[in-house]
Amino acid sequence: MGKRITIDPITRIEGHLRVDCEVSDGKVSKAWASGQMWRGVEQILIGRDPRDAWAITQRICGVCTTVHAVASVRAVENALELEVPLNAQYIRNMIITAHAIHDHIVHFYHLSALDWVDVVSALKGDPGKTAALAEGLSSWSGNSKHEFAKVKERLSGFVGTGQLGIFTNGYWGHPAMKLSPEVNLLATTHYLQALEVQRYASKIVSILGSKSPHIQNMAVGGVSNPIALDSQSVLSIERLLAVKEWIVKLNDFIKNVYLVDVAAIGAFYANWTAIGGGVMDYLAVPDLPLDTKGTQFALPGGYIKGGDLASIKPIKAFGDPYFRDGVEESVKHSWYKGGKGALHPFKGETIPEYTDFQDNGKYSWVKSPTFYSKPAQVGPLSRVLAMAAQNHAPTLKYLTGLLDTAGSLAKTKIPLAAVHSTIGRHAARAVSCAVQVDELANQWQLLVDNIGKGDTKTYNKPTFPKGEIHGVGFHEAPRGVLSHWVVIKDAKITNYQAVVPTTWNAAPRNEGDVAGPYEASLLNTPVADPERPLEVLRTVHSFDPCLACAVHVLDTEGRPVVQVKAL
Amino acid sequence: MRLIVLGVGNTLLSDEGVGVRVVEKLQQDFSLPAEVEVIDGGTTGMEMLEDLAGADHLIIVDAMFGGNAPGTIVRLAGDEVPVFFKTKLSPHQIGLSDVLATLVLTGEQPGGVTIIGIQPVSMELNMELSPQIAALLPDVVSLVVAELAMLGVTLQEVA
Repeated sequence: MGKRITIDPITRIEGHLRVDCEVSDGKVSKAWASGQMWRGVEQILIGRDPRDAWAITQRICGVCTTVHAVASVRAVENALELEVPLNAQYIRNMIITAHAIHDHIVHFYHLSALDWVDVVSALKGDPGKTAALAEGLSSWSGNSKHEFAKVKERLSGFVGTGQLGIFTNGYWGHPAMKLSPEVNLLATTHYLQALEVQRYASKIVSILGSKSPHIQNMAVGGVSNPIALDSQSVLSIERLLAVKEWIVKLNDFIKNVYLVDVAAIGAFYANWTAIGGGVMDYLAVPDLPLDTKGTQFALPGGYIKGGDLASIKPIKAFGDPYFRDGVEESVKHSWYKGGKGALHPFKGETIPEYTDFQDNGKYSWVKSPTFYSKPAQVGPLSRVLAMAAQNHAPTLKYLTGLLDTAGSLAKTKIPLAAVHSTIGRHAARAVSCAVQVDELANQWQLLVDNIGKGDTKTYNKPTFPKGEIHGVGFHEAPRGVLSHWVVIKDAKITNYQAVVPTTWNAAPRNEGDVAGPYEASLLNTPVADPERPLEVLRTVHSFDPCLACAVHVLDTEGRPVVQVKAL
Repeated sequence: MRLIVLGVGNTLLSDEGVGVRVVEKLQQDFSLPAEVEVIDGGTTGMEMLEDLAGADHLIIVDAMFGGNAPGTIVRLAGDEVPVFFKTKLSPHQIGLSDVLATLVLTGEQPGGVTIIGIQPVSMELNMELSPQIAALLPDVVSLVVAELAMLGVTLQEVA
């Protein structure tokens, strides 16, 4: 048996994800992913009015607020077979894409780029050489020698005072860091520029959602935004034009910076295209509905087996029985009372049974979902592959473009198969982001055109029948397939289950003891220094982990309590 | 002048959400002048960057584990505000403290920060505060109003 390393927490906000690895001969030989907090918030919804569920579910998580609101209203609408007016679909679609763009930019630059980019090394970068390098890659206006010199000076100021601030405790100087000082300076500059750019996406969500950071405009049956073109207080032409301006800025950054950076970093870390593949059965749902019933979508979804695009089986409509009947969750290795085998979410139970961490028994608060009894990877890679398999033209364009750019920098042809990897997940996220910003512009146009036709309807009033009804709402969220499952009896919720993207990816072993995507992807990952397991973090972070139920208690740890004045 | 009162916490976990409950009550009970912005931050992170940029003063209301008796109210200001960087495993943990650190990086950090912390009684899965903490709400709201008064803005109660 090799050396055991435990990383806990992998992140703080994401609800305490712990990863354990056994390392033998410098490689991971066995891995366990464990959610360290009970995610039983569904209990709170039992007995409540289904129209209120979305506002409560968006408090589940601090990272993905809007996505739970969207999935929740869709679940109730599915149960009622309630159609959603076109304007409401377009407004929701814009919130969905703007949120996804925000998530992808922040995830890449602020949550994971520093796994690959050495900020301290950037201080040795030559601004002139960096500008020359950048010029060959893109026409972005923020790539000037002057800008790079400015950033270098600002960074030196931070480091000079001994305060790395937000950059504290990175793996600076780690042997797995491979970029030249110039590429590090380039990426660090874009890290700072991305801080500015991500705000435009936030602003779009907050204008359309009526409030930030928790949106207020969702409703079962549509959205509550009144549309009046000449009013200040509602969705007016003026506000729509402001949104358009921000879309243009986001587009410029995504196409000329984000896609290029991922290609460049990928080219320097080409060996990481052979690491971190894991589960290659991919699941994605279609999203951005273009009709009132949810049978036509701007972005297709489906299920791919064994990484073979030809095997794609499309998921075609909201409530598609192929999706609805394929999902089950096992608690054999999770801290819940089990014994009934894997259960469909409509019959799902969430009764805690904590046992301590047992390598071969129960070891996680995360359930283990399966699609037709097999684990599935979800997220940008799954969605990009599902779209590519269905010849979605924009996806193919950005994917081919990114692989070509990376190939020309690495001076070798990079095949599509390279995306089944840790670095491939980052590439797919950038491709997805480019597709989303095009769709954001497209949905804006659809909304404006539809209002131009004189349609200002945004809401269909729901009516609840006597008796029991079931509904599933799915959403292709930034981190992948999110589904909410609701059982309603006499207008009250009697069961509610949320199967979130990270549940799919961070799943512990399932009913048949098969490892989930995180666990499978870590096998054979090289670990240079078990004390600083950067490589493990790279692979886990490539999934954009997010365990729901963020707890936020401010902690005065590290400070003597006597200094705290009690009032 | 731009003063921000930010309530943070998870409202699904009883007293964890006390910060949010305080700002809700503040919005309900007082008419807020233009220079005071009241934000329900929930448990979000980077989404708040835009809202928090360039404030003259930031008042944070949050549940706080300070090793005190449950229900203890604590005020931290100036040098007492915990250093934003504790031992961390990696730079991938973006929460409120990191948003503040990011504002330092972009040169938009608040002119001052005051934290009003409340030691929770219950963190159970529940959308209501524990009775003990619920009873403290008016006191905490008064403290926030007093903070604002010290910063030069007097709030008027809604009649």
